[in-house]
Amino acid sequence: MLTETAPHFRQPLLKTPFHERQREYSQLDSYVPWAGYSTFDVFTNVEQEYFSVRNASSLYDLTPMVKYRVSGPDALRFLNRLVTRDMGKLSPGKVAYTVWCDDAGKIIDDGTVFCLAANDYRVCTAERQLDWFEASAIGYDVEIREITEEVAALAVQGPISAKLLRGVGIAGIERLKPFEHGEFSMPRAGGGPTVTLMVSRTGFTGDLGYELWMQPQDAEAVWDALMEFGRTRAVRPIGSKALNMVRIEAGFILPKVDFVSAAHTLYLGTERSPIELGLSWLIDYKKGHFTGRRALLQEVARGPRRQLVGLDIEGTKPAYNALLYTEASGRREAGSVTSAIWSPTCKRNLALAMVDAPFIATGSTLWAEVYLNRELVWERRMVRARVVDRPFFAPARRRTTPPADF
Amino acid sequence: MNATYDAIVVGGGHNGLVCATFLARGGKRVLVLEAADHVGGAAATREFAPGFRVSACAHLLHLMPPGLVQELGLEKHGLKLAARSLPTVALDEAGAHLSYEPGNLEGLARTSPKDAAALSDWYAFLQRASRALHPVLSATPPRLGTDAWRDRLKLLSIGFGIRRLGRKDMRELLRIGAMPVHDLLEERFESPLLKGALALDAVLGTNLGPRSPGTLVSLLYRAAASQGSEVLSLPEGGLGALSDALARAATSAGVEVRTGAPVARILVREDRVCGVALASGEQVSAATVVSNADPKTTFLALLGAEHLDAGFTRRVTQVRTRGFTAKLHLALDRLPQFSGLAEAALRGRLLVAPSSDYIERAYNHAKYGEFSEQPMLEVTIPTLADPALAPSGKHVMSVIVQYAPYAVKGGWEVQREPFTERILATLGRYAPQLRAAVSATQLLTPPDIEREFRINGGHWHHAELTLDQFMMVRPVPGAAQYQTPVPGLYLCGAGCHPGGGVMGLAGRNAARQVIREAA
Ligand SMILES: Cc1cc2nc3c(=O)[nH]c(=O)nc-3n(C[C@H](O)[C@H](O)[C@H](O)COP(=O)(O)OP(=O)(O)OC[C@H]3O[C@@H](n4cnc5c(N)ncnc54)[C@H](O)[C@@H]3O)c2cc1C
Repeated sequence: MLTETAPHFRQPLLKTPFHERQREYSQLDSYVPWAGYSTFDVFTNVEQEYFSVRNASSLYDLTPMVKYRVSGPDALRFLNRLVTRDMGKLSPGKVAYTVWCDDAGKIIDDGTVFCLAANDYRVCTAERQLDWFEASAIGYDVEIREITEEVAALAVQGPISAKLLRGVGIAGIERLKPFEHGEFSMPRAGGGPTVTLMVSRTGFTGDLGYELWMQPQDAEAVWDALMEFGRTRAVRPIGSKALNMVRIEAGFILPKVDFVSAAHTLYLGTERSPIELGLSWLIDYKKGHFTGRRALLQEVARGPRRQLVGLDIEGTKPAYNALLYTEASGRREAGSVTSAIWSPTCKRNLALAMVDAPFIATGSTLWAEVYLNRELVWERRMVRARVVDRPFFAPARRRTTPPADF
Repeated sequence: MNATYDAIVVGGGHNGLVCATFLARGGKRVLVLEAADHVGGAAATREFAPGFRVSACAHLLHLMPPGLVQELGLEKHGLKLAARSLPTVALDEAGAHLSYEPGNLEGLARTSPKDAAALSDWYAFLQRASRALHPVLSATPPRLGTDAWRDRLKLLSIGFGIRRLGRKDMRELLRIGAMPVHDLLEERFESPLLKGALALDAVLGTNLGPRSPGTLVSLLYRAAASQGSEVLSLPEGGLGALSDALARAATSAGVEVRTGAPVARILVREDRVCGVALASGEQVSAATVVSNADPKTTFLALLGAEHLDAGFTRRVTQVRTRGFTAKLHLALDRLPQFSGLAEAALRGRLLVAPSSDYIERAYNHAKYGEFSEQPMLEVTIPTLADPALAPSGKHVMSVIVQYAPYAVKGGWEVQREPFTERILATLGRYAPQLRAAVSATQLLTPPDIEREFRINGGHWHHAELTLDQFMMVRPVPGAAQYQTPVPGLYLCGAGCHPGGGVMGLAGRNAARQVIREAA
């Protein structure tokens, strides 16, 4: 998708098939690189975009998400040895969120596995994994192919998302249950062959929502149809900043923010296990061996040293990167905040934090060191931070099938 | 078969037999399953032409510590030496051969008094250094990156052993440890023939040339194994006779040895080893399985990646296991004459390695996948001491040849004949009438060794013996203490610490580790 005039080193970032359309909505020309692509972090303003997710519907360009096709006679065995969950339970048409670890049981990445057919999968990951996947494929008859550029992806998230998809003619979408996917078709504006898409009821917002997977050449047709129907219904493109707010409300973790992949850590002891990230529910010790299993069992036996928890923090000032203490005096550290927002929907000051073992139980109280900036006059505050359950925001509509028809 | 065993040893190579014996003496009921029809692995005697038998891979016994031979009672179990303290004869094309043996440098002193003194110094140094190094070979290496007192203590004691050598020897040992042997030889010796001979000892069985860094490792390794005074011996009946004695020692300790019993899989239940399945389909259960097979065969073929973590599996695939050493066997109608060499001298170990540069040139080819135009050779004529190996009046020549890359350009089907020719031509420079005496030849290339002896890559040491595959990282971290990531599965072959050669220490160390774990 590089223009022919500019040599690649002048424009090292790729543009997604939605890029030109998104540019029409960008008032700020504000881009961030993501997995080799140039993407938008905000189009107009963050709050507006945020509220489109929670109150209407939103389009988020997911194309840079790294995608692999994993197929072959040993595809299931390969995946089961790679990831912590039991992929044997994943039937065609289903999606599962999972993580995978190195030998020491530390997370390399998280992602979603789509079962397309028996021994045929799509794996979506945050970062490129070919090296690790190929190491994991030694001894398995499996083909692993990166298909990131072959598939354009768009997240449609928010309470009226089903309505929006039906509105553009994607029939039957209301029957799709959470973590299911299927093939759908959409009539093309002005006639022509219908557009075939894969739609999954998945997302990173904790809301009702779908992810649309299509051929790059159909991307603009899909975008145009959605924006046309959504124009009078407060549907907006959103950037990564708004997405970050909703994913914290939903309690989802982000690599490089809430943990650093064990493939990238340089300092000893900064890698994180799924147990430490509060993802023990993703680990199936009974399914047979998988990479990291022995180390994780040892960790279970040893007991946790620290864990990622949700915090409800006094006041309204987000506790960005705050250090946490056991007492207001700030003498003994007990962890630090990895993600923080003021949640407009929950009306709570929320954070995800890595907290030392004695304080990980729900109800524990810690103190967060927050800095206030009043027109360049800085003040330091110690505010109470209570360990609370996650997700912070989990509306019933995210699961209801069929979704409400607005 | 319904007998139950505490431990199964997969492979009846010499290390497997040693391991089994010590396990049995430790009170375990042990079964050895050997794929071949004979025990011994690469320490074997085989018929290669009607009536002609030879030590098929290893042909000299020089690494097995005398203490171990005694502990196993091998003499009682039939081990006889046909010859001991073989001199080394460094062959010279012009007939100015050089002969020496560790205990007797008189011959050398006559031709090169300076070198005799230097060699005597060098041997004395090796003897002192081996006081620090021998214990290292005899023990399970410490694990890296743990804070267990046992590992720290081991590291400390290795350090202490080296420190105890005194300031001068310690410095010298640390200075030369990772050095190319060529540079050390340049520092210490004069005669190209002597330097060639010592360089051969350093690179034999490796994929290295004298100028490769780390070649001193294998020289120090040899010295450490033999506690500084290497004695070259020929067992009567070839190396296979040693293996037979080991098998008898094992059997008398209560070990059951089955040959012709290839293991197809190591069985795992609930993340613990529970036995093995033979190629025949038969299953035998045991809570402990010790593998004498090389690490790649053990982990990738017998166990399977599905029981291992991906990072570990990748490390196993990265172990360098391709052999560069071939073996040529000649059936001879009569004893060949070597120009300028008395018949008595033919009983020694004859070396075609006239200089360190000669070896390096031979190595150059191998780097690029070609066999050596002028290979380096280690020759024995075992029938001189052990006539029963050949029909009466006839002889056998056993030649170790370097370099013969595993994946030779053009393939060994095509290169077998030309390479055999090269070796015979090289020998012909020293023994012009040799060819006329040859009635049969057998060339074992690394792929042949791989197939016949079931050693992945056909490598002398199962896995290249270099600093990056040594001690606590041999064969790979996570399996360097004989135990493996799968509870109940152990390694005991040349691929683990301390390495290959007919030495038996890997087998004995592994047995001790198994018994310690069980305790
Ligand atoms: C050409 C050559 C020359 C050498 N010369 C010398 C020398 O002169 N002096 C010296 O000291 N060393 C020499 N060596 C090195 C020495 O021979 C080896 O390092 C040593 O014999 C290895 O012993 P081991 O018991 O560890 O393994 P091995 O001897 O390889 O034994 C392993 C055994 O396991 C068996 N096995 C493998 N897979 C299976 C299975 N699936 N089921 C059942 N059994 C299985 C094999 O058949 C074999 O018997 C030489 C090596 C080579 C290749």
